[in-house]
Parts: sequence; structure tokens; C-alpha cells
Amino acid sequence: MTKSVSPLVEGRTGPWEVIIGLEVHAQVSSQAKLFSGSSAAFGAGPNEHVSLVDAAMPGMLPVINRFCVEQAVRTGLGLNAEINLVSVFDRKNYFYADLPQGYQISQFKQPIVGEGSINITLSDGSSRDIGIERLHLEQDAGKSMHDQHPTKSFIDLNRSGVALMEIVSKPDMRSAEEAAAYVSKLRAILRFLGTCDGNMEQGSLRADCNVSVRRPGEPLGTRTETKNLNSIRFIAQAINSEVARQIEILEDGGTIDQETRLFDNATGQTRPMRSKEDAHDYRYFPDPDLLPLKLDAAWVDQIRDTLPELPDALRARLLNQYGLTPYDASLISEDRAVAAYYETAAAGQDAKIVANWMTVELFGALNKMGLDLADSPVKPEQLGKLVARITDGTISGRIAKDVFALMLESGADPDQVIEEKGFKQVSDTGAIEAMIDAVLADNADKVAEYRGGKDKLFGFFVGQVMKASQGQANPGVVNGLLKQKLDG
Amino acid sequence: MSDLLSLTAVAARSALDKKECSASELTAAYLKAIEDTADNNAYVAVTAEKAMDMAKASDTRLAKGEGGALEGIPVGVKDMFCTKGVETTASSQILKGFVPTYESTVTSHLWADGAVMLGKLNCDEFAMGSANETSVFGPVTNPWTAASGDLKGKALTPGGSSGGSAAAMAARSCLLAPGTDTGGSIRQPAAFCGMVGLKPTYGRCSRRGIVAFASSLDQAGPITRDVADCALMMTSMAGHDAGDSTSIDAPMPDLMAALSTGVKGMRIGIPDQYTLEGMNQEIVALWEKGRAWLEDAGASCVPVSLPHTQYALPAYYIVAPAEASSNLARYDGVRYGQRVEGATLDDMYAKTRGAGFGDEVKRRILIGTYVLSAGYYDAYYIKAQQVRRLIQQDFLTVFEQVDALLTPSTPTAAFPLGEKMDAVSMFLNDVFTVPANLAGIPAISVPSGLSSDGLPLGLQLIAPALREDTLIRGAAVIEKAAGFDYVATGAAS
Repeated sequence: MTKSVSPLVEGRTGPWEVIIGLEVHAQVSSQAKLFSGSSAAFGAGPNEHVSLVDAAMPGMLPVINRFCVEQAVRTGLGLNAEINLVSVFDRKNYFYADLPQGYQISQFKQPIVGEGSINITLSDGSSRDIGIERLHLEQDAGKSMHDQHPTKSFIDLNRSGVALMEIVSKPDMRSAEEAAAYVSKLRAILRFLGTCDGNMEQGSLRADCNVSVRRPGEPLGTRTETKNLNSIRFIAQAINSEVARQIEILEDGGTIDQETRLFDNATGQTRPMRSKEDAHDYRYFPDPDLLPLKLDAAWVDQIRDTLPELPDALRARLLNQYGLTPYDASLISEDRAVAAYYETAAAGQDAKIVANWMTVELFGALNKMGLDLADSPVKPEQLGKLVARITDGTISGRIAKDVFALMLESGADPDQVIEEKGFKQVSDTGAIEAMIDAVLADNADKVAEYRGGKDKLFGFFVGQVMKASQGQANPGVVNGLLKQKLDG
Repeated sequence: MSDLLSLTAVAARSALDKKECSASELTAAYLKAIEDTADNNAYVAVTAEKAMDMAKASDTRLAKGEGGALEGIPVGVKDMFCTKGVETTASSQILKGFVPTYESTVTSHLWADGAVMLGKLNCDEFAMGSANETSVFGPVTNPWTAASGDLKGKALTPGGSSGGSAAAMAARSCLLAPGTDTGGSIRQPAAFCGMVGLKPTYGRCSRRGIVAFASSLDQAGPITRDVADCALMMTSMAGHDAGDSTSIDAPMPDLMAALSTGVKGMRIGIPDQYTLEGMNQEIVALWEKGRAWLEDAGASCVPVSLPHTQYALPAYYIVAPAEASSNLARYDGVRYGQRVEGATLDDMYAKTRGAGFGDEVKRRILIGTYVLSAGYYDAYYIKAQQVRRLIQQDFLTVFEQVDALLTPSTPTAAFPLGEKMDAVSMFLNDVFTVPANLAGIPAISVPSGLSSDGLPLGLQLIAPALREDTLIRGAAVIEKAAGFDYVATGAAS
């Protein structure tokens, strides 16, 4: 594992260093909202999951949901972070139609989780630590719909009060790839912990990207914040387009405005939302309806003791136990379902070949078919058996691909496919010898050339024999016999 | 019985048990009293039908011997308490038409104990005021009038913000009245109207379902005719509520027993800092009397020092508006209450809130928004919180030496309605009551005498957190010694 070097972006006038920090909003996996008993489930009809507290009726008071706190602590522990035994909920005051209280309950000065870190692995196999600044709990707002009526806006308060964890990174990322790897890794950790479903399409996980550029070694540049990105692809696109925009402005002698920007999915570009001058004064102050949140150290330890195996530990185990490459290990350890599939498939098999088949053939096929791993027609035991048939010489790697294609279609067992389709590899030396003799007889001129020193023709003879066997001859046996006959 | 209105709650409850009267008769008498005293503008809504239904249900339970502690006792409810199915406005235009689908925890406790709801009582808008003059329903008139002097013939304030509640109690148009006290809103009107008013320890009474003014200071408590009724009603109102995170889970001492415990051996502190320059001599004399009464009953009184008292009022007028500015943000015209349409969302907010809030409320929202804003937060809000901590510490220190403190409740007797007072003089009204709110400790005002003009004056006792029993012990002694048995001229009979 190598430490990655900060990649620089080459501009017209020289290299630029990109500085990225992310604020990720992760919806806490919980039945109920952060401060009310209403359901936090996704997909209900408008305003079906709204309590008196969520609608901020007069005199209604927030009461903290203990499970949401537990989830935040669990997440903090999973991020190797400091757990603050005393934290404070503050009010962030601003007016908006889908913010019933006129303030969001959040944590400003004293968050529940302090500094931690995440280790990311990039596609070149290099890895680095990205610092976590803090994690705090806060309420989500409702949803405004402006397209339902020509003159009115509609408000849906189902999300109002749903618990979010805002996870703030340090400005440690230096490229869109690193930012993407950070979000994937963070999502993997959250999913392993069961503290957020990580479903970006449904908005369970969204990111605000803070981006600035500077000449290497110089002080930080002015940053912009691109809000509410809900896919890893968009995060990378938004960063790249923002980096290009900022470099162009600076190289033209301009300055960057500190502002909030929005990403346009259609164009892949960012555009201004509001400038620093229009920024709200949120008038944060401790919420007098809530006492400081005090955690019992023993309770935190109890949560620590019940943490599941996390991606880093799993990855380390995959490296040690199965001898995988760092990249394959990262890929497989990012999703617990993938890891479980892999470990089932690899049981008793050549682990590296299984990894290769899984990450290349299986993922490629599922991707094309638009299927999730859970819906794969090929079950892990079947993939394992297919690899077994390669290693025990029953079929060749090439035939295996045909077998695999048929397995994908029918969900059938590899042995059944091999049997029915007669894919069994021919290792009978007598049969193969006969085929070789016929090939050599048909190509007497090429035999002469070979013997005259044109070694390269060996591959041609192998190909001809394999063709004659319809691919079923054991390539090892073919190689050996052919060599004997040609050289001997 | 002939004179139902003269019975205290404890006496009425006993009469009901003895079948000397029925809950329906008692309630009917109070509904008539409401009509007879309607001029004082104490009631903003009378729920006569509901009252008679509740009284009948009380009679049924009484007949079965299942009467609760407050069975059949007619109660007037300050309009800060949300009452299910009954319009609740906090005396503000912005909440006109708002009918809660839920009941406040405190009033639920009263109804669960059998009390009968007569209607909703006027108050200062969002409880912001000391004269009940900021209400959208107009001012309430104190049933007391001056017998002599400059104030003779003038309509007087009942105090505020629980002005309607104290006035209705003095007018005998309700028998018990739950109030709310953020800086003195129970004790000051109780003092002005010759009633007992108790602000309990912060967290004793759930705030759930009470329209919020300043969350860290708001506390509900009883306004009653005498100390025994106060003990009875306090016991019913209090109790832990999982729906309010700041609610205390601690048992209430036996307040009924405390009525007769006396103060023998009790140490009472007389805080130096409560003597104001140019203070009304009648108030000084009453304070002296109170001290003598307690000493006669076996307590020892000693001077004590609460060095940060002078900073209490400025700190209060930062903390309370700051919290209010945020608490009142929810009145935005989007979901309930009044809305004035506008061209844009911001325009709708501005028009709705511009039309919906009165001047005093707007003033406090502006102050609160200012002190919380970037660049001023540390100088105002943080500083005020530090002062608050020092004031709490003052009390903690002094309560190592004494069991309770004796002070006047107010610097003056009731003043005339409509008197042009600058905001600062008005705020000074709360000078004796505010420190207990900042410290979260209980305090009671007991009617202790009349001014030379014949207006009620009150003395205040302040006790450590959770020691409402100490207040009841001391208040019972003062009440007995003072022999306050005067009735307001504007009382129903």
C-alpha cells in the first residue's frame, strides 16, 4: 500500500492544488424522528407522518429520541472518532415555509462526535486518511413543492424532524476521485454500522462540497460550497466543473466569490445560489427546550463492544485470508452483501480467481442486466463451483465464460450446464493426439516453417487443435503433446 | 348554601363532599359571577356549556364517592394554556381562530382531578407585559379601587401578564386560576389583586401545551384565594411529564401538611439588595411587619447579600426576548392562526407578523433578534447567561445560611390603567420577581396588607429549588398574622 501523492491540476499558467472538504448529511436509520414519535419512513402520502411537534403547534416541545443518539454514537465509533459525553442542541434560526418552528434544532458549538478519520483507497492502490472534523445531530426540514399549482406552493412535512447526522470532513481531499472514494467509504461504514441506509437517490445521503484551488504551497484560496449533491457521480462532476471554473477565473486574473452554488444535473455545471452577502445570520443559541445531552461512558462502551466488523477490518481480513489485491479487497469490502457473496463463493476455492470472476464477469454482467447482487441469477455457491471446474481442469477458462453466460440466463448449476452442453474438457491424450496428427498433416508447410525456426507458429497449431476440439481440449495437454510432436 | 362565592376551594371541596351544595350549583354561581363582572374584561371566552357538562360529571363522581382533589371546583384558564377544542390565542391577533386539538399537561392534571373549566382568561399578549395592557382583547380592570388618594376613582391595572387570572380571582368569577410566570407574571398580579400566587421550581409544572414565551424561564403555577388553596392546586398542577425535557422528576413535598408546620427554627434571609433607593415607605413598613410576623412565629431573620441582584433585570431583558424571538418564529401564517396574503413568501411573513403582533411583542422580537445576531451575541446573550449563572450562585450561597428569603412582591401597589409609563419604569415592576425566574427557584406572593389608599400589597418568599413546602409554611404564617380578609370592591357577590 503506498501513500498517494497530491495530484495537481495543470492550468495554462502552471499547476494548481485542489482543496476539497465535504459536509455529508446522512439520514439516521430509525423508526421515529429525532424529537417526535412520528414515523421517519420514506414514501408515505403528503403530511401523513406529522405530529404536533413536527408541525410546531403552540406549546409543543421536542423530546430527544434515544435511539437516534445511539446511532450517532455508533457512527462516531465507526469513524474512529472522539465521542463527546456532553453535547448541546442549538437552534439555527431562519424562516422558510417548510421549516415549521422557524428554526432547525442542530448542534453548533458542542457536537456529539468530535474528530475522527476515514481511510480511502484509490484505483491505483494508493491509500490515505481523510480527517473527520465532527459529526452532529440535527433535524431535517420539510419539503416545498412549487410545481403542483399555478400560484400556490405545497408543503409536505413528512421529513420535518427526521434525524440527520451531518458529518463534516477536514479539507483533506485533493481530487474528485478522492472525494468520491471518501463518500463511498463513508457510505460503506454507515451501511455496515446500520446507522444510515446510504440510499442517495432517496436523499438519505447527500453532500455539500467545499472546493477551492491554490498554487502548491500557498495559503488556501476562497472556497465555494456546492449544495445537496445526491450521487457520487454528481459529486465528482460538480468538483471537476468547479475546479475548472475557478482555475479559469484565477488564470484570467479574476477572484473567486465565496458563495453557495447549485449543481445542474443536466449540464454537469454549477451555478450560483446565493453569495456571502445574502448569507443568513442563523442566530444560533442553545435550545432552551432541551437540556445538554449527557452520555454515560459505560453506555458508549457497550455500543463500542457491539460494533460489527467494519470495512477496514474486513478489507484487512480479505487481504490476509484470501490474498486479494488491495484494489479488489477495497471493492469487495465496501458492501457487506458483496463481501458475504464473495466469502461464500470463495469457500474452498482459489480465492483470487473467484475475486476476479466476481469483480469482472459477474459485476459486468449484472451491470448490463441492471440487476443488484441480491438478484443475481448466479448464486455464490454456483460461482464457486464454476471456478472449481476451471481449477480441476474440467473446463478451460474460455469455456467457463460460455458456461457462465448460460448460468446467467437460466440460473442453472455449472455442472448441469457442462453436462448438458457437453462442455467437458477433453484430457484424453489419445483423442487429442489424433486431433494433433490431423492438424499437423493438414498444415505440413507450416510444420516445416516451424521446424525451420519460426517458433511463433506454435500458437497457431494450438489454436487449430482447440478449434478442432471445439474448445474442449485441455489446453495444458494440447500444449504438452504438441510440443513433443513438433520438437521431438 | 347562600354564599357559594365566598368559599375557598378547600372549603368548597369540603362542602361538595358534605353535599352542602352540588358542583352544578357551584359552577352556575360562578357562571353568573362571570356575567355580573363582565365589565372587568377578565374573560376572553366563557365555556358555559362545557362548564355545566363538567360540573354534572363531577356531581356524578361525587355521588359515587369518586370525587378527585379538585372535584367540581370552577377554574378560569389563562389564555396561554392550550385547551382542546377551545380557542387559544395568547391574547394575540396572530393566533385568532386557533383551536388546539390537544390539552396542556397542566390543565389536563386539573381536569383529571375533577376541576371544572369556566373559560379562558385575558393576559398580556404572549405574556409580555406587567399591566395586562398589551392584550389584543384590551386591558383588564382590577376589581380593587383606591378608597382615597390620587388613585381614587381611577381604573387600576390588575398587573400582568396573568392580569385576567388575578382579576377574575379577585372578582370571584373563578375559584382557582393557573397562571404562567416568566418574570413575575403570577406573583405581581396576585399581589396587585390581593391573591396568593406561586411560581414553582422551574420544571415542576410541565410546559407542554403552554404557549411559549421564554422557555428557560416560563413556569406555570397557581393563583388562589389563600395559601391552603395554593397548596391544594399546586399539588394537582405539578408532576413529571415525559413530553417536556425540562420537566423535573422529583416528588412534591406534602404541601397540605406544610400548611400547619409553622416556621419555628426557620432561618429567613432579608436581602440587602432588595432595598431600593427612594422606595415606597409603605412597602418598607410592610416588609418590616412581615419580618416581625415570622420572628413572632419562631423564625430568625438575618440580613443576607445577593450581590448580583442589580444585574438581574438587564440579564432578564436579554435572555427572555432572545428566547421569545425564536419561540415566536413559528407564528408565520403558514399552518395556523392568522395569515395576511403577500406577493412572495417573505412578503406574506412580513404582512402576517406585522398585522398579527402588537407593539410590545414586536419590540421584544426585535431586541431578541438583535442580541442573538452575529457580532452582538457574545456581548449580550453570552454576557447575560454569565450574569444569570452568578445570580444562581448568589442564591445557592445564601441558601447555605438561610431556608428562605423575604422580600416585597412589588415596589408599588396597583397603578392606573393607561398611565403613560416608559418601558423602563414598566420593566422595574418586575425587579423583585425576576431573580427567582433566572435562578429557576420557587417563590410565592402572599397578600399581607393594604396600602393607605386601600390597595392590596404582597410579600414574597423565595426558597431553594424543590422547596415549595418551605414557601407554604412561611406563607401560611404570614397569611395568619396579616389576617388579610379584605374583598375587592368589584367582586361578585
